[in-house]
Formats: sequence, structure tokens, C-alpha cells
Amino acid sequence: MKVTESGPSTAIPETFPPPSTDKWQHRHVLDLDDFTREEIELVFEIADAMTEVLTRDVKRVPTLRGKTIVTMFYEPSTRTRASFELAAKNLSADTVSLDASKSSVVKGESLIDSLRTIQALGADVIVMRHSESGAPYLATQYVNSSIINGGDGWHAHPSQALLDLYTVRHHLGELAGLKMVIVGDIMHSRVARSNIWGMTTMGAEVMLCAPPTLFPRGLAGFISRCRLPNVRVESRIESALEGADVVMMLRLQRERQQTGLLPSLREYIQRYQLTLERLSLAKPYALVLHPGPMNEGVEIGPEVAHGPQSVIEEQVSNGVAIRMALLYLIAGGKSR
Amino acid sequence: MMSPSLLIGGGRFLDPSQGMDKVGDLLITDGKIAWVGDQGTASPQPDSCTLDATGLIVCPGFIDLHCHLREPGFEDKETISTGTRAAARGGFTTVCCMPNTNPPLDNQASIDYVKKTAQVAGTVRVLPIGCVTKGRQGKELTEMSELAEMGAIGFSDDGDSVASSRIMCLAMDYGRALDLPIIDHCEDKELANGGLMNEGWVSTRLGLKGIPAAAEEIIVARDLALAQLTSARLHIAHVSTRGSVELIRRAKEKGIAVTAEATPHHLTLSEERVMGWQAGKNDQLTYDTNAKVNPPLRSEEDIAALIEGLRDGVIDIIATDHAPHTLVDKMCEFGFAAFGISGFETALGCLMGLVHSGELDLVTLVSKLTSEPARIIGSKYGELGTLKPGCQADVTLFDPDKEWVVSSQGFLSKGKNTPFDGYEFKGKVMATIVAGETVYQDDSLVIEKK
Repeated sequence: MKVTESGPSTAIPETFPPPSTDKWQHRHVLDLDDFTREEIELVFEIADAMTEVLTRDVKRVPTLRGKTIVTMFYEPSTRTRASFELAAKNLSADTVSLDASKSSVVKGESLIDSLRTIQALGADVIVMRHSESGAPYLATQYVNSSIINGGDGWHAHPSQALLDLYTVRHHLGELAGLKMVIVGDIMHSRVARSNIWGMTTMGAEVMLCAPPTLFPRGLAGFISRCRLPNVRVESRIESALEGADVVMMLRLQRERQQTGLLPSLREYIQRYQLTLERLSLAKPYALVLHPGPMNEGVEIGPEVAHGPQSVIEEQVSNGVAIRMALLYLIAGGKSR
Repeated sequence: MMSPSLLIGGGRFLDPSQGMDKVGDLLITDGKIAWVGDQGTASPQPDSCTLDATGLIVCPGFIDLHCHLREPGFEDKETISTGTRAAARGGFTTVCCMPNTNPPLDNQASIDYVKKTAQVAGTVRVLPIGCVTKGRQGKELTEMSELAEMGAIGFSDDGDSVASSRIMCLAMDYGRALDLPIIDHCEDKELANGGLMNEGWVSTRLGLKGIPAAAEEIIVARDLALAQLTSARLHIAHVSTRGSVELIRRAKEKGIAVTAEATPHHLTLSEERVMGWQAGKNDQLTYDTNAKVNPPLRSEEDIAALIEGLRDGVIDIIATDHAPHTLVDKMCEFGFAAFGISGFETALGCLMGLVHSGELDLVTLVSKLTSEPARIIGSKYGELGTLKPGCQADVTLFDPDKEWVVSSQGFLSKGKNTPFDGYEFKGKVMATIVAGETVYQDDSLVIEKK
């Protein structure tokens, strides 16, 4: 395995005010489907404190000193990985970074063996990114370390959804009653799935918008069986955007066209790109989000991506605070 | 060596092949059914053993038209020896093994190998199914008439459909001349497109690629049209959707020579089982690879249609599709796990649940496991699935009310891959007799020797 290690932290000892974490019940963070509103609010509360830390000259607190956090990425990622590692370092944890997409998989080592190895090395928390839906659930069955899902297949990306919610809350306050529109490749989107759980738990409405071929066919059944009356579906972006408080654009993978899911990229751009004109259909103060990486000029026009309503860069900075909060809650809040 | 006579006394004799359902005695001599009659009227044999079957159902040995014994080629998953021992424990006296071995059973030598190995190492009767196409490639027909001569009881490229309609049509023409069924695993691979489970609300929730019901139904419809065109015998393997049941029902009404099977798992488990959900325990979400099977576990609606199909005869038989895998094949990410369920040892317990809940009557269940599959196999291997005097003494005894808990670790099969681990079943096989020889016997059952 290719291992990169960061040395012991050079943090200035500083007492970090520990908020009460009595409401927190999770050993792992796998998805937001099992989060209560109170738990999500607790994450926000702690993220607020972390945001404060991030404004300091020395952005570091000793809270997780002596803890080892391993990031294990079976799929390429830049921002999520960097964000978790920075978050861990800001909390003075030791971080080990495994680029699993290059090493062990090639050698045929199973995921379970790799996880056991990492556990034996003393990992307190394992942050996992995997191309297969459900991989972190498998992990929890075989190791005692806490698992944070850094994105699994099409299934879930809870830290992303939390930072999305956190960003929206920062600008619009109360999430209840808001209308979020998610536009793009819903079928393959773990970000959309986790946002559905997070937003509806907070009392918001979610409107999903995609070309008909990029909706999962079981979506209507999913909405009814999981009792999600606040989730609606609309293929026409113009109708979907009406009255939106938040517009989240999803990345369109170019291979969707190659596999026949889209007639052409050109048509997609014509029908679904978020332009200034389309954005004007939403509420005047509507926020524009994107989980990244963006395909500017495909799903989103550059004038929107960098316009006054865009909070895309803020999402990235908030990501560090949210991930610090999660690591704190998992590894530092209570002794286990 | 002749096995001694065996007198089975006091059981409820249930033999759908002769419409028999009565309490009585049965005598086996020289490996054949010698006599069946009223209780206490058997003429005593000097050297016979006796088995008190009071409270038990005594029926013809179960016949499984669809299983995977994995040998040759995948002996780490199962061998003919371990697979047939597991079959015996499940009450099966005859099993028909699918040809997706390595090398596949697409030539006389491979079929001969399976038969010879089964004679030496097998516990129950093994009847091979030959490939439809060479190498299961879907391109050229196998030497079907020679495979038939060697003992194939039908033809299938199981695991794959024969994708080409033309090749399938030719196979049916050939099969008709041999009076043997073409058995198809109905799946449009293009539409299934690498799917991992049923396409529906669960696949959406879990973010797993779905296999639509239409992927099965398209091929069922095609095959039925070809069966009509060729007048050949068609057998649809592991029917899993309501739409397939409806298509087969209509085809039967038109007189098309089609038969169909359903598996115990498709009859009792829904797609929700993939999330680890069982009735009453729906808290912890998992991705259970032991519930990964092809065709996938479907919806409650589909299950209801399959059971109705069993009742009204649209589904002729129950077959296990016993598909053993190693731990490594299943202990991995859901997307990477092998498809299949190790099914011999849970079949009866699982199916008796349908009887106890009143969804299926006992006689129908027994017929789906005995006389009906025997009818599809035909008389090539003698008369199977019956307790008629003079026939081979293949007999299964089971206790319809005995409660037990499934423990995969205790399986005789090498494949411990079952979604039923820990389930409480009511109904258990107590003894299995093949050609007069007791090949499996529950610990609690006593056979008295004189």
C-alpha cells in the first residue's frame, strides 16, 4: 500500500470549548437517512465553532491529538479528500492517506483485508470513498474503527449533503419550508440521495429535475415507500425552478452520452444548463450550489457559476468546518 | 450388494402421481417399492428394518430440475460429492445439474464425467443437463442428439439466455426431434445492463443498478413465440415476475408446450431482503450479498403472482437453483459479489412456510417437488417421482411441524451462501431414501434393525 504520513502536529495548545454532544448517537457516518433533525443541528452548532477556529491565525486545536484518521480512497477525489485531511490536521489528529485506487486493489487485496490492516495500524476513524454502493456498510461489519462515508457509488455522500445544508442555512437561516431544486444526473448521484434525506429531515422541500433517462426508474416507489411527500419530480427545468430558494446543479459525466443515456451533450446544454435567464425563474435571492467538480459551460454557465448568487466556493470552505465537526463528534466528543 | 428390506410404518403417504393420501405402510425390497397398503397389513419380512413414520409425511423423493453442482471446474464452491450430500439432506433424491461448469457440459465426455463421478461420489441420482450451444457462447448448437444419447435430460445455457433468436429457434427444432426440453434462463442481458438487483424502490434507495422485470419478460415472450413456431418443449427456469407468469398462463391457454419453475427464494423473499430487512426487523440497513441472486428477488406483487401461479398450475414445479459459492465470492462489495443462493438444505423448510400460512396446500407442494418435475424429465431414467410398486424406491420423509433454525455453518453444501441463515422454519426432512438406501437421516429418527 502506498502510505503518506503527516508528522505530529505543531499545534499551539489551546483549549477548545467542547459543546455538549449528548444528543449524538452515531458511531459511524454512513448516510443521513438515520439522522434526526437534532443531530443535524448539533453538527451545525459544532461546525459554527469550527468555523471560528478557521478564522484564527493558527487554525488548529488539539482536540484530536493522538487520534489517527485514515483516508482510504478507492476512487479519485480531490476536494473531499483534501477537505477531510485538512479537517483532521486542524484538529491535530495524525492522518494517513491511502491511495487504494492505485495499490491494493491491483494486488487483489480485498477491501476487508485492507480495512483490517488499517485497523491493525491503529486507525480510530476511517474515511472511505468507494465506487461501489454500500462499501462502507460492509466495512462496519468487519472493523471496529469508526467509518465515515466519503461517498459510495451512487448511494450516499453525507458530509457533502451536510455542508450543502450548512451553506444554505448560513445564508437563508431556517431550512424548514425552503425549496431546493437539484438538477442533473439524479440516477447516478450520491449527492442528490443524501441531500434528499438531509433536506427533508430539516423540513425542506426537494424538487428533482433531470432528463427522463437520468432518473432512477424506481424513484416514484422510493418516494412513496420511504414516505417522502416533500420530494417531487419534474423533467422541465423551467417548471422545476419556479419559486426555488436553492438551486443545486450536478456534474454531468461525459460518458453518459457515450452510453446512450443522452442524445447529445448539445441538447443537454440547451435543455438543462443553468443560465442567468433560467436562474431568474427562481426566487430573486436563490442560492446556486454545485458539489463540484464543475463542467462550466455544460450544466452551469460561467456567469452563474461565478455570479453573485453562487455559493460554490463557500461550500468548499464550509466543507472543512463540517468535516471537523464530524470528526470531532465521532472521535473526540465522547470517549468510547 | 442388496440393501435389506425396509418397512416404513404409520406415515401419511402422499403421492400425487397416483392421487394417494392415506396413512399406511410401505415396504421396500431390492431397492424398489414392493408394496404399499393399509397400516399393519404388511407381511413381515425376516430381515427387514423398520422405520416408525408416525406423524411424518412419506412421499416420493424430491426432484430438483435446476441446480449447480460446480464440478468440474469450480470444486472450491461445490463438488458432486458435497452437493449431493446437501441434496439428500434437503430431501432430494434426484437432482439435475446445470452445465455451466468448466469445461461446460457441451460434449459427451463432460456429461460422461459428471455421470461417472456421480456414480462413485454421489449420494443421490444426478441427471445432467447439456448446453444448448458450444462453450455456452450462443453461437453454434452443441451435438444435442449425442448429448441426449449420453443422458442429457434437457438443454440449457443457464446463467445466460441464448441471445440469438435464430439459434434458439434452431435449438428448439432439434429439441423437438429429441423430445427434450430447452430450458432457458430468460434475461435480456442488454436491458439488464449489468444490474445487481431488482429495479425498483429498493435499488433506488441503495443506489444499486436495477434489473427491470422486462429484462426477463422480453425473453419469456420471445421463447414462447419460438415454442409456438417450432412446437418444441420449452421450460422456463426460475420465473420471477408477475409479467412472466401472465405470459406463461396465456401460452398454456393457447396450448404451447411450456413448463415453468419457481424457486423457494423467489416465492418467499422480496427485494427488501437485500437491505437486510426481514419481517419485523427493519432497523439496520445493510447490503446483503447473500440476497444477491439472478434473477433478482422481486416485489411482494411478484411473489403473490408466483404463488398464484403455483396454485393454478401455471408454474409447474419448484426448483432450487442451488448455486453454492465460496465465502470469498460473497464477502465483498455488493457489486462485486457473485449471484446465487445455496438452496438444497433450506428448500422444504422455506416452502412449508407457505403451507403453514395457508397460501399453498401440502399436496400441491409435494406434487411440485415430485410428480411434476418427473413428468418434465420423462421416463429416460425409469419412472421417477412415484411410490408405485415396482418403481425405484426413492422416498422422502418429512415432519411438517418440526421447528428448526437454519445455520449455514452446519450446511453439508460447501456453499454457505444463504439469505435464510438464522430463520426459524417449521417443517424438516427426516429421512431420504434413494433406491432403497437411506442416504440421509435426521439425528432424532431411529431405524430399527431386526
